[in-house]
Amino acid sequence: MTLNDWITNLYIFVLASFLGLELIRNVSRLLHTPLMSLTNAISSISLVGSLALTGEGDKTWVIVLGTIAIIASSINAVGGFLITDRILKMFRKSK
Amino acid sequence: MENIIQFVYIASASLFILSLKWMSEIKTSRWGNWAGTAGMALAILATLLKPEIHGYLWIAIGIVIGASIGTPMAMLMPMTAVPQRTALSHAFGALAAGIVGSAEYFLHGSNLSMPQRIVLCIEVLLGFLTFTGSLLAFGKLQEIIPTRPILYPGRNLVSLSVFAFSLFLIAYLVIKGGSHPFLFGSIVCLSLLFGILLVLPIGGADMPTVISILNAYAGLSSSFMGFLLNNKLLIIAGALDGSSGLILSIQMCKAMNRSFTNVLFGGVGQVLEVADPSRDGKIVKSLSPKEASILFEAAKKVVVVPGYGMAAAQAQHVVKELTDVLENRNIEVKFAIHPVAGRMPGHMNVLLAEADVPYDKLVEMEEINPLFPETDIVLVVGANDITNPAARKNPGSPLYGMPILDVDKAKQILFIKRSMSTGFAGIDNDLFYSPKTIMLFGDAKKVLNELLISINSN
Repeated sequence: MTLNDWITNLYIFVLASFLGLELIRNVSRLLHTPLMSLTNAISSISLVGSLALTGEGDKTWVIVLGTIAIIASSINAVGGFLITDRILKMFRKSK
Repeated sequence: MENIIQFVYIASASLFILSLKWMSEIKTSRWGNWAGTAGMALAILATLLKPEIHGYLWIAIGIVIGASIGTPMAMLMPMTAVPQRTALSHAFGALAAGIVGSAEYFLHGSNLSMPQRIVLCIEVLLGFLTFTGSLLAFGKLQEIIPTRPILYPGRNLVSLSVFAFSLFLIAYLVIKGGSHPFLFGSIVCLSLLFGILLVLPIGGADMPTVISILNAYAGLSSSFMGFLLNNKLLIIAGALDGSSGLILSIQMCKAMNRSFTNVLFGGVGQVLEVADPSRDGKIVKSLSPKEASILFEAAKKVVVVPGYGMAAAQAQHVVKELTDVLENRNIEVKFAIHPVAGRMPGHMNVLLAEADVPYDKLVEMEEINPLFPETDIVLVVGANDITNPAARKNPGSPLYGMPILDVDKAKQILFIKRSMSTGFAGIDNDLFYSPKTIMLFGDAKKVLNELLISINSN
């Protein structure tokens, strides 16, 4: 990776961080619990790293570790999105 | 192909951003979750398109096993366990991040550039400390481990030393270059240890803030993985997650009127006053639910203050039934939600929603406080510290400065508690001794039921 790549990535990181701050500030306190489980699910994006590791790997220990990582990330992702949906389904207004 | 993957990643990132945007309102919130799911699905698909990937079998097996564990975890656990489930989920995600970083090091250690070594080490440090920290948080919330903060003299020094040492090792590794498996392994062990040391001295009541912070660390870890692997989607998603965790932690600290550092290093939540000597000679008025039900005859406005006790007793459904009964008698019922009621921000809202209480009855602290003076009866169900006027009046109290619900301004207060035991802050509540207060002792579910039956038969 060239220095340019690092700089571009840094730009992206900074922009995304500020964007994140703005987006979250507007979330109603009522929704903080599902917000936490949703962002927990999004943090399982590290699954992408595990996929590349396992899929490209040749050695046994890489595949073993990679598969463990995939299992862990999948628990995180699937569980997170499902529980968030379960929580959000429950909110209703007075009739 | 690489370009196609990048375009799909961009779509995925956009979906994550929309996901958070749509979470700002209840109306669009479910779309928010769907957007997030779609974003993740696209990210997975795009990654699988990478030409370097030749083995799909284990990926499939991994995903299937993971999904089959994650699904029951989400669908079967009771709503009261949402905080601990979130903590456990964090642990898994962080573990994955740590593993990926470590594997990358052992595979390519000698080929990494210095900046790559830096981000890899930070990513692994964050990943593993979040792993053990989250596991510990899960243990405390699930009460497998004692919830009181576990303090020992010099604890801050120990934690900081471990942290400093790991940074030192990282600096050494980064500057030295090459591949040093033992050194790396030590860094991993130190990170695991540091996670435990970080969370151990924090009391069960502060766990929500800790979970938020750990969420931020997990996000940062993903971002750093993105820097390492030159994956912009990881960077973006991680940054979004990190900011979210940071903001929620700050908001929670503000709601408790304690600083960040106080929560992390303060060891609050321990019993500071063992037995309040001033309690001797003070009497509380208590009634049976049947006797108390008469008070509701003349009431027009009632506010219910839910707390962790309601969650523990699983009383939210009875609360709903009581609300219905009161409303049938033309009594207005509102719910006062304090930002740190329960074990997680928004915890009470979720439980009440589960009990089918419409969300427009749930009023936040700032909006409901001005309404207390005109409230006839306040029904406190399993809450304590959030109503304690000592937070306003008593500079010596550990609660001092914390914004509270102005329950003491209402005309009559009914406290449902199992006993005179203290709440999380370990101190006595002055409100119990007020002439306006009546205690209803017993399990929340039972008391509310009896109240319900009595009111109906009046």
